[in-house]
Amino acid sequence: MARYVCPGCDYSYDEDAGDDREGFAPGTPWSEVPDDWFCPDCGVRDKVDFEPA
Amino acid sequence: MAVTDTPRAAQGPGATIPAGSTAQWRDKKRYLWLMGLVVPSLGFAAWGHVELTGLSLFWYLGPIVVFITVPAVDLIAGLDRSNPPDDVVEALENDKYYRWITYLFLPIQYAALIWACWMCTEPAWAPAMSVVDKVGLALTIGTIAGIGINTAHELGHKKESHERWLAKIALAQSFYGHFYIEHNRGHHVRVATPEDPASSRVGETFYAFWLRTVSGSLKSAWNLEKPRFKRKGKSHWSIKNDVLNAWLMSVVLWGGLIAVFGIGILPFLVIQAIVGFSLLEVVNYLEHYGMLRRRTGPDGTGRYERVQPSHSWNSNNIATNVLLYHLQRHSDHHANPTRRYQTLRDFEESPVLPTGYAGLIILALVPPLWFKVMDKRVVAHFDGDISRANIQPSKRAKVLKKYGAPSAPASEAA
Repeated sequence: MARYVCPGCDYSYDEDAGDDREGFAPGTPWSEVPDDWFCPDCGVRDKVDFEPA
Repeated sequence: MAVTDTPRAAQGPGATIPAGSTAQWRDKKRYLWLMGLVVPSLGFAAWGHVELTGLSLFWYLGPIVVFITVPAVDLIAGLDRSNPPDDVVEALENDKYYRWITYLFLPIQYAALIWACWMCTEPAWAPAMSVVDKVGLALTIGTIAGIGINTAHELGHKKESHERWLAKIALAQSFYGHFYIEHNRGHHVRVATPEDPASSRVGETFYAFWLRTVSGSLKSAWNLEKPRFKRKGKSHWSIKNDVLNAWLMSVVLWGGLIAVFGIGILPFLVIQAIVGFSLLEVVNYLEHYGMLRRRTGPDGTGRYERVQPSHSWNSNNIATNVLLYHLQRHSDHHANPTRRYQTLRDFEESPVLPTGYAGLIILALVPPLWFKVMDKRVVAHFDGDISRANIQPSKRAKVLKKYGAPSAPASEAA
């Protein structure tokens, strides 16, 4: 499972862990994260800007 | 991060302590930041001044300090352009002294609120205060509530969960808990676009903006919270909804104050809350007036360009900057929202306001004056082409006529 990092603030999305607060259950693949989803920590970068870790 | 590539940052990537070292650098504002704690203390200071002088005018000490003293000091004390060198930024961020100053704001803020409620209702005191005096105290406490939203703003952007909680607690007084969601996930994403209720437009008076931002921010916060519950298949009517749990804090706080001091305290609470969130909204009005991000794509319908330093108004006036935790270094804040106040930098390419926020608030309250001072600066910012600005749709034709038609630059280019 992969991890994706916000290039602005280092928030990372881990597919294994998901993100409970954002409503992504553990195991939710990156492809199921909506395209209009923004970094929940900084709000500066959106999904397409995230980089694989 | 492209935005850090200012000339000042050109000390070489990966350098530890370069020659001409900054190891001796000291934060000259280190102890000045304690001045931020003067603000919540104004409630007590108001009473002290009334007692000492016998002048009931001093119940209005909050507005007097923020709208007369601070703008005057801004004009006299001038600018502070100093930026921390890159190699001390991390240590400066991690120095817990700075965050403790922001935490300390809260107990003083709430002590002042409770004490003011007591003053307005206590039989030994209250009869000596006229309605005008009580309104003055409500304005003073409202000023503290408003600047408390600024403290909440600093705390709410941080990744530590206890700081996010403290942010919501600071917002409870002004019943503006939804700001935590709307600001971080709404305003920061949509800043300097027509879709953002908290970005003001050329030709839009503060009063029109107030209506649009107060109602728009409320709707925005609610709609931002819904999807994360929907993804889990759960109802957003939940205590985990950050809009609802923040409002619940206000209900508990206000309910507790009414239980202790009686229902007669409600008008006082309402006045200070309206003053508090209006102070926040007038600052919102200043921060992005007329700024507009371009859209990508050949037909200009694609994504908005990323937020740049050129999309926020800045000020280096030191008095307001110290009182508002560098909020006026707004471009760096929007580029790096999780960065702590003590490390925010000035960017030379950012548009600059004629004075500090405190003085400009007065200007914003008088729309003809505001337009006279600011519109020409917006025109200059867009190199003479006002059509590139964020313009109030109903005023568009009038604004274009006044500041030049969009076709003008094309003929110049030819």
